[in-house]
Amino acid sequence: MLAHAIFFYVFSIIAVISAIMVTVSKNTVHSVFFLILDFISISCLFIMIGAEFLGMIMLIVYVGAVAVLFLFVVMMLNVAQQKNQWFNSESTTSSHIPVGLIISTIIFFELIIVVGGWKYKPELSNPNTTQSSNEISNTHSLGQVLYTDYIHIFQISGMILLIAMIGAIVLTFRRREGLKTQSYLKQISRERSEGIEVLEVQSNKGVKIDD
Amino acid sequence: MEYINLVFEEVYKILFLLVPVLVSVAMIVWLDRRVWAFVQKRQGPNVVGPFGLLQSLADALKYIFKEIIIPASSNKIIFILAPIITMTLALIAWAVIPFGEDQVLANINVGILYIFAVSSLGVYGIIMGGWASNSKYPFLGSIRSAAQMVSYEVSIGIIIINVLLCVGSLNLSDIVLAQQKIWFIIPLFPMFVIFFISALAETNRPPFDLPEAEAELVAGYQTEYSGMMYAMFWLGEYANILLMCALGSILFLGGWLSPIDLYPFNLIPGAIWLILKILLLFILFALVKAVVPRYRYDQLMRLGWKIFLPFSLTYVVLTASYLFYFNLLPTL
Repeated sequence: MLAHAIFFYVFSIIAVISAIMVTVSKNTVHSVFFLILDFISISCLFIMIGAEFLGMIMLIVYVGAVAVLFLFVVMMLNVAQQKNQWFNSESTTSSHIPVGLIISTIIFFELIIVVGGWKYKPELSNPNTTQSSNEISNTHSLGQVLYTDYIHIFQISGMILLIAMIGAIVLTFRRREGLKTQSYLKQISRERSEGIEVLEVQSNKGVKIDD
Repeated sequence: MEYINLVFEEVYKILFLLVPVLVSVAMIVWLDRRVWAFVQKRQGPNVVGPFGLLQSLADALKYIFKEIIIPASSNKIIFILAPIITMTLALIAWAVIPFGEDQVLANINVGILYIFAVSSLGVYGIIMGGWASNSKYPFLGSIRSAAQMVSYEVSIGIIIINVLLCVGSLNLSDIVLAQQKIWFIIPLFPMFVIFFISALAETNRPPFDLPEAEAELVAGYQTEYSGMMYAMFWLGEYANILLMCALGSILFLGGWLSPIDLYPFNLIPGAIWLILKILLLFILFALVKAVVPRYRYDQLMRLGWKIFLPFSLTYVVLTASYLFYFNLLPTL
């Protein structure tokens, strides 16, 4: 039990510190790396409370895919230019901080309202029922709930993600004129007679090849 | 006191797993070069030790004594972290590989997801190395490899779903035990082929070694690395290749099960069968390296997104409907 507590505190301290460092560090790429560290330590916390499926999915989706794209975008930005005009600027051109403060205060109060009005189901607060049985694994029990009680919410969230994906593709898709592309079908269906022409070349006369 | 004993026992187990893995990584490099040379009618490394077996050891010794050069304009912490992350991630994934019934370091319920997560983290070593070098070629190489690895992970994930539909469990030992009647390579043969090609792309092996295409990018993300740090990248890469071979043999070739369940074959321990299967897949990897020319980058992306992804998705639908129709879906 002692080791459990030690690991819990280690992971939570790392999570909190890296979450603070995401906002504080001056280099944007460092921020993304701290975000990744945050994701990893939170998925460790998930695994510690027995939600191994959620922890692994967190690693795969957020760290393996989302954060890679974050890093991708941030690395493309010109970081050196950004350094000069963020926190350490004396000029008053940076109007980001008051806006950020307002938004974060609103989110903070929303969270307090939500958590304050939170009600658990009576059987969930009873520790005897929440303990996972050894016969059914975490993944199975999650699937049993997700595909029965919450099937509509699950399907709707899937639809929303699909629409978001299609929307992102439509927004960035543009057909450029004069772009040379290869047609693979055309390439592999070429015959010898189309590609090669055998000519009788006479001496001192040459051949005229029309393009 | 009991606690300390427990820790020592675990450390002993981990060393018992990792030392053979590291030694076999060194041997596998030798095998790779020998197969490559064999195809090209050369001798390959044959001087150091019997058959040149100690060549990798000699190379490692050379790397240890070389100077580590850290570029002045690099981001030093991330530059040093990158090879460490690559090698660590390549090694920790071995914790869940079962070498026999109950012969596994950590028999966790979500073993396959763990391997998938660790292999998807592997891209960070490359991105960090490329970005921290603060130089053109490494950066281009790391961007290429990030896109490539993320793309092929998607198709590997869907192939894994195909296998999981037939098993009904995420535990690697359960996946192997589900193949006692028939190895999954027979009903899911197209998936095995796609898995093999995606594994080549995921581990940046030729013909998909675009991140380190020496004709265009010098050595990609490894350009600025030298000495032991370069050797760590290289060790991690080969440990990853071995891991992909192990994953392929567990998912499709029946893991530690013997091919014929009869008397003389039963006596051979499961670990030997698994190692033989890994070697078979690795020799295929090495042969592909020797005989296939490098892909062009847009063709690589097209193959991943426009061919493999729709095909494996369709196969998921087919497998699921077949299992459902004949009432073969695994139950709890």
